[in-house]
Amino acid sequence: MSSVLVSVEERVRSAWEALARVEDPEIPAVSIVDLGLIRFVHVKPNETLDVGLSPTYVGCPATEVIRRSVIEALEEARVGEFEVNTVLSPAWTSDWISAEGRRKLTAYGIVPPERTVSNMRDVLRADRPVACPRCHSLDTQTVSEFGSTPCKALHRCRACLEPFEYFKCI
Amino acid sequence: MSASVKKVDAQALFRYVLRLGDLSLVLGQRLGEWVGHSPALEEDLGLANIALDLIGQARLLLSYAGEVEGRGRDEDKLAYLREQGTYLNPILAEQPNGDFGQTIVRQVLIDAFQLELYQRLAGSLDERLASIAAKSVKEVRYHLRYSAGWLVRLGDGTDESRARVQSAVDSLWPYTVELFAEDDLDSSMADSGIAPRLSEVYAAWSARLDAILAEATLQRPADRPHAWHGKRGQHSEHLGYILAEMQYLQRAYPDARW
Repeated sequence: MSSVLVSVEERVRSAWEALARVEDPEIPAVSIVDLGLIRFVHVKPNETLDVGLSPTYVGCPATEVIRRSVIEALEEARVGEFEVNTVLSPAWTSDWISAEGRRKLTAYGIVPPERTVSNMRDVLRADRPVACPRCHSLDTQTVSEFGSTPCKALHRCRACLEPFEYFKCI
Repeated sequence: MSASVKKVDAQALFRYVLRLGDLSLVLGQRLGEWVGHSPALEEDLGLANIALDLIGQARLLLSYAGEVEGRGRDEDKLAYLREQGTYLNPILAEQPNGDFGQTIVRQVLIDAFQLELYQRLAGSLDERLASIAAKSVKEVRYHLRYSAGWLVRLGDGTDESRARVQSAVDSLWPYTVELFAEDDLDSSMADSGIAPRLSEVYAAWSARLDAILAEATLQRPADRPHAWHGKRGQHSEHLGYILAEMQYLQRAYPDARW
């Protein structure tokens, strides 16, 4: 590999470009960079790239798939030596989903999360009513806090009667 | 680890982390028994999701425990190749699922415990434990919202549902004593700034339970002195059956991979 000829800045840049193309296996509309799962791409003193990856939920099976996809994408992009490290602290929060990520989620039919600060004060109370992504009615109900993946809750719109998913705020 | 941590005995830290990990592992395995059998599809998904989070916590905690122990045991070896007497979960976690109401009661009791414990553990001087707790507490909030929501609906529901959950509260309540019984290991962890005082966790847990039980129109049973020692490896017969199922494959086909 001719990585010696490429500057470190270029390697970091192509790493970010490659990572931005890695999709979340459960929500293919959104890249893992949009979701805020890539915490950093640092350069270690020996010029190895240090990629920080955070899980959304500690038991989420997609985490293993994402890790493999990240490694494949970086190998394909020929960014030279790299390592992928799991970052738990500070814990990932749904606040880190980018504006672009939120837009893509909405377009995909998943309601993006509310901001966490107001939400966690009383753990026993559900979130404020979530607007239906189809008809925008606020007359919706939570069917379950746990949906098809750890990160999504199941809701139903009483106005248009359609079920929809809400990306939980954590 | 931070320089301000008093020198901690690795074996003690190993056992403490194992207690936390085993609680999550055993409860997660228990909840997994509901998959395909829940009263409704939504509850099947809900309980399976909570189980998944708990197994995720267990993986982080057991991996860390193995590193602290330093004898080459990883998360899988600790989960699949330990005998019952070396599991250190409080025995509330291994109590049978019973009906849906009993599962919900067990869940409320442990969710509220983990919530109050992890919130404080997030400030631990042990950075690794602090980061695992800070991550996990976010998920536990959703677990408690789910379980407490169901307890309120069942308690403040029909005569039948109310009678069933009250009886589950009465029968499971004595097991909560063990969660908060501070032994030498808990004390040494609190003295080193690694774990919170269990008396502090109890006060917060107790207030939270009072609020939930009141909303569910259920009676809080009187505390009775009990001495359970799951945290020291003395278990009820239930744990053996859980492990027999969970460990079967690794014991029948050691180091099996697929």
